[in-house]
Amino acid sequence: MSDLIDDPQEGENAPEFTVTEISGAVKRTIEGSFSRVRVRAELGRVSRPRSGHVYLDLKDDKSVLSGVIWKGVASRLATQPEEGLEVVATGRLTTFGGQSKYQMVIEDLAPAGMGALMAMLEKRKQAFAAEGLFDASRKQPLPYLPEVIGVVTSPSGAVIRDILHRLRDRFPRRVLIWPVAVQGQKCAPEVARAIAGFNALTPGGALPRPDLLIVARGGGSVEDLWGFNEEAVVRAAAASDIPLISAVGHETDTTLIDYVSDLRAPTPTAAAEAAVPVRMELMSVIDELGARSGRALRQGIMQRRDRARDLARILPKPEQLVENARQRLDTLSDRLPKALASVRQRRQVALSRISGGLRPTTLQRRLEAERRRSDDLARRLGPALVRGRDRLVQENRRSRENLDVVFARFQRAANSQISDWKTALSGAERMRQTLGYKETLKRGYAVVRGAGQVITQREEAAKHHALEIEFHDGRVNVGETQTAEKTATVTPVMKPKKPKPTDKDQGSLF
Amino acid sequence: MSDSPIEEMNFETAMAELQGVVERLERGEVALDESIKLYERGAALKARCDQKLKEAEEKVAAITLDEAGNPIGTKPAEGL
Repeated sequence: MSDLIDDPQEGENAPEFTVTEISGAVKRTIEGSFSRVRVRAELGRVSRPRSGHVYLDLKDDKSVLSGVIWKGVASRLATQPEEGLEVVATGRLTTFGGQSKYQMVIEDLAPAGMGALMAMLEKRKQAFAAEGLFDASRKQPLPYLPEVIGVVTSPSGAVIRDILHRLRDRFPRRVLIWPVAVQGQKCAPEVARAIAGFNALTPGGALPRPDLLIVARGGGSVEDLWGFNEEAVVRAAAASDIPLISAVGHETDTTLIDYVSDLRAPTPTAAAEAAVPVRMELMSVIDELGARSGRALRQGIMQRRDRARDLARILPKPEQLVENARQRLDTLSDRLPKALASVRQRRQVALSRISGGLRPTTLQRRLEAERRRSDDLARRLGPALVRGRDRLVQENRRSRENLDVVFARFQRAANSQISDWKTALSGAERMRQTLGYKETLKRGYAVVRGAGQVITQREEAAKHHALEIEFHDGRVNVGETQTAEKTATVTPVMKPKKPKPTDKDQGSLF
Repeated sequence: MSDSPIEEMNFETAMAELQGVVERLERGEVALDESIKLYERGAALKARCDQKLKEAEEKVAAITLDEAGNPIGTKPAEGL
């Protein structure tokens, strides 16, 4: 109480709490006031740790409220929390003293009205479509007449009854019913398991594997049918190797399984109709086919018989076949000689046309013409010869006369020339004799030579030991040379009385 | 004409072939020998179809599941 003395302040008499005390007081207040609340919110971030609890945010445009869904609750929720989903969460508020936090423990979660649910459905649908699960190429053809039909539905109720009834009407089959819950939280997992389970059966096993599946449910609210919108169901249906007919709800209800099934039937009854053909109709069709086949065969045989008969009837007689040919032969053999004659005639005409110019008269005419020409020429040949001869004779005579004239003139000219030449010659002889040194010798002159050379001077003569003197009647050697004596003895030589004229003197004389 | 044994055909295949046989016969384009063979095959196909149509036995059973949801057998479905 000593504190009371120190610095008394206003409000100091209020009780003091420990943190735990105040935390506990807050917890009690909150849990007491909000032990059961319904909160409408949009789901924010959703996290699912390994623990299995689900932590999420509930929010509106201004505030955020943390929420938790414990594991046990989360597994049985009809609507699983998804981010963005508009929900109404039911639960209580509590505090978490350790972190000065408060949160809502959610015990139930429901979509906030139809709009929210449909928005979520649309979102899923788009996601699956984007994955290609709804593609037309994934659709399998239904068997024409399935041997075993597997039906996934509730074992009690009108739906299975309707299906069996309609199957019985049309074509009784073996039917295997896989009982499932068709609404509530167990619906989706059980339906998914049933579809997978039928696919897992081995054909011809203890449990015969169906060759057609029908997933059916009667009409109900959107929430009732919700299980058939769940991903597990959609994926199981998409994975089914057995062709699958979906018939969920009434014709106006569409669930996601309808998009992945191979055929969507508007009702369970319609599913049964799509599953099998009508037996009675088939029987009549088969009977009709059998009858047609017998009829066709009989008719075929009859037609062939008729055709054979018809053909036999119109088969011509052998004589008829030959007649025509014979007639043609006759005609032709008639025409043959004529044709030959005609050919011959044509050839003859052609031949005569060609050989026309080849007649003997033509040749004869030609020959006569040639002969006439030749005769003519022959006739003209004699006179021509005579004329030619005469002309030649005449020419000859004229030439002879010319020659005589020319010869006379020549003779006269020659004679005159010769006498002229004689006169000139005798004159010249006389001249020669007159002028020659021999004539001079006669008149008493002599020619002196020494050693063959004419000597005209005394000095020259003195040089020679022997001299030769020529007189008009011969030569004489003067001197002591034997040669000269011998010569002098052979040839009578005279001593010149006078010096002999020199050659030069003689030359000048001429 | 397919060569698969008629005894193993399902209804649909047998009927489709029977249809084809009848049409060929009716067109009358096949030779006589061939048409007789076709007729015989058609008769066999029709017998197969009749047989499949006679097998229209109704047998409805519900699958029984164990606690884990696995199929363990069947029980007759009654009252349906």
